[in-house]
Amino acid sequence: MRAVRNYLVFLIRSINQAFIGDWRYYLWIGFLAIWCLLGLNAYAKQYVHGLAITGMSDQVSWGVYIANFTFLVGVAAAAVMLVIPVYIYKNEELHDLVIFGELLAVAAIIMCLMFVGVDLGRPDRFWHALPGLGEFNFPGSVMSWDVIVLNGYLLLNIHICGYLLYSRYSNRKPAKWFYIPFVFIGIFWAISIHTVTAFLYVGLGGRPFWNSAIVGPRFIASAFTAGPAIIILALQVIRRVTDYHVPDRALLTLRSIVQVSMLINVFLLVNEVFKEFYTGNLHVASAKYLFLGLHGHSGLVPWIWTAIACNLVAMTILVLPVSKSLRWLDLACVLAIVGIWIEKGMGLIIPGFIPTPLGEIIEYTPTVNETLISFGIWAFGLLCYTLFLRMSVPILQGKICKANENGSDESESDQELRGVVMH
Amino acid sequence: MQKRKRKQPWTTNRNTRIMPIEPPKRYRDLPSPTAAHDSGISRRSFLRASAGLAASVAGIAAALTPLRDLDEFPSVEEFLQKHYKELGKEEMDEVLDRISGEVERQYGIRPHLRDLKPMNGVEFVYALNLTRCIGCRKCVHACVAENNQSRSPEIQYIRVLKMPNGTLDVERSQHDYAPATVPEKGFYYMPVQCHQCKNPPCVKVCPVKATWQEADGITVIDYNWCIGCRYCEAACPYWARRFNFAKPSIPKEKINPNMSYLGNRPRPKGVVEKCHFCIQRTRAGKYPACLEVCPTGSRKFGNILDPDSEVSYILKNKRVFVLKEEVGTSPRFFYYFDI
Repeated sequence: MRAVRNYLVFLIRSINQAFIGDWRYYLWIGFLAIWCLLGLNAYAKQYVHGLAITGMSDQVSWGVYIANFTFLVGVAAAAVMLVIPVYIYKNEELHDLVIFGELLAVAAIIMCLMFVGVDLGRPDRFWHALPGLGEFNFPGSVMSWDVIVLNGYLLLNIHICGYLLYSRYSNRKPAKWFYIPFVFIGIFWAISIHTVTAFLYVGLGGRPFWNSAIVGPRFIASAFTAGPAIIILALQVIRRVTDYHVPDRALLTLRSIVQVSMLINVFLLVNEVFKEFYTGNLHVASAKYLFLGLHGHSGLVPWIWTAIACNLVAMTILVLPVSKSLRWLDLACVLAIVGIWIEKGMGLIIPGFIPTPLGEIIEYTPTVNETLISFGIWAFGLLCYTLFLRMSVPILQGKICKANENGSDESESDQELRGVVMH
Repeated sequence: MQKRKRKQPWTTNRNTRIMPIEPPKRYRDLPSPTAAHDSGISRRSFLRASAGLAASVAGIAAALTPLRDLDEFPSVEEFLQKHYKELGKEEMDEVLDRISGEVERQYGIRPHLRDLKPMNGVEFVYALNLTRCIGCRKCVHACVAENNQSRSPEIQYIRVLKMPNGTLDVERSQHDYAPATVPEKGFYYMPVQCHQCKNPPCVKVCPVKATWQEADGITVIDYNWCIGCRYCEAACPYWARRFNFAKPSIPKEKINPNMSYLGNRPRPKGVVEKCHFCIQRTRAGKYPACLEVCPTGSRKFGNILDPDSEVSYILKNKRVFVLKEEVGTSPRFFYYFDI
């Protein structure tokens, strides 16, 4: 009973904390909330009128929702790129930052599930996909695997972050057996979420553009570029707006991860482009549409070349020593994120549908409503991440802990006492 | 800010025990120096929290206003309806009755709605004579009329490809040809619809088993079970599946009242549909609508398990091929040439 009470107090205090901040914080939260509401409004319209108010068609039956979903699975998977250095290579600089990475994974998975949700024609029938209740086509359908790995990953990360934060809050050493096994399961699980998501596309024999063994490795490489890049930017923000100390070395460790992943990512892209264009068989049509345009249709050409330019510039900055300066590193990260978002989203999902299996070319452009829904989900994800960070930073700093449960804040003499003993 | 240097985040406190887990009693017992101040803050924060909550509720309510236009919401029975294969005889009768009522309310006509089962010893096969087909698209429209497809936006199960002579590459086909008369010189015509594959990728990928292959070879969809994820659309190598992006609209006078549960009953918004070899006709001993309307006799349909059927003769004696044999789907839809 006492344990439950303690836990509830911890939760309530954390949630309270999430809504306390200065005017900049409220401005940011309000800004995100407005986008969330715009997205919700757009989704209400879509719910009434159906997916007809998106740019999708029978020819291009998946669009920006699934594109964003695919990208965000990668972001979620990349949380392990912080876990591996800490738990396998014992890089202690990154220790607390693991929690920030895993919270990002939680926010990203929430966004993934929302993107899949808004893409469904019958969201009211979601229970058909619940194992036990509905008819779950496992192991036949890769999508059922995806449901399992994504939800499993969400739970794993919630458990690890939640437990570590609660332990810190109650000033106890976390019991190793209660989280270390999950950390290691999480490492493999992270790879699996992105591999399974790649297999969603790879497994379709009728879509030669996706039916390629390199899609899985490319997914992983691009995820491990874009994910840590997002974490670098997030840490820079944390450093600026809170008094939490993020060491430069942590950012530089992440930089070397992004650097290597980006090189591998570009290398795999070159492999794919070579295979498609040099053999020159009939299956090149989608790639041709994407990179060069096909029979006068070239809707994706500007997108993909923007992506390639972003990736190449980011790669160049990353391999040069100049990216040890944080400003250049930020620029490289932004470029890498934009490049990979386009490459994974517009550059992978959409051309898979063009031309159709019957050779028809129908192009796809997202509608305003669809874009608003997507922005709404992104805003909601960022809102979640912001609130998570707002809750966890003071806990990690020891400003909110069990010891100061009674007062609204630690009394001054308490802090003094602690300061004296510690130095 | 406290700058703590630590190797393990928790070690400082654990090893040195500076911070007791509970605050020392003396601190607790003393009235908090900020107590008076506290109540002021909590009143203000209470007001602020209430204002924030009210604003969020108002914002969410405003954002949801488009839902006022929602004209249909699934009934409890429909929401809780079990998967087709789980429905007992009586439950199925109730479902058929309910759906008939829905159709009657919406279209003003009581349908003859049945759940026709596959016949024993029957496996359907389609054969299409490419030498004869002239690309008139009569089959496309007969199919729409028979199967209660949405007219706006119009959903068609059959796509006729105009192919230049000398190639089977569908990427060189034309879909939207519209000359004054067909056929045109130098071209042949290849209608494509659901191939009712023996190894159907669409069935394999469906996450909720809303689509499956029946004993007579027809791949069907339970429109009351489909969640509308469109994975099957992505998986089909023949582009045979269609999605109800909008609520289907059919003029009342165009409704075909002869309906089957897994076939041509009106579909709801947000689910996938496709050719089902006119299940409401073929399981009652009739030919599909597309065959009956064909002016050239290009379309042949029958039971492949019957060695004397027309389709058995064609498969044995004509120059037969299947589309995209390399994707390994083993279609039950064959194309052939006369000599």
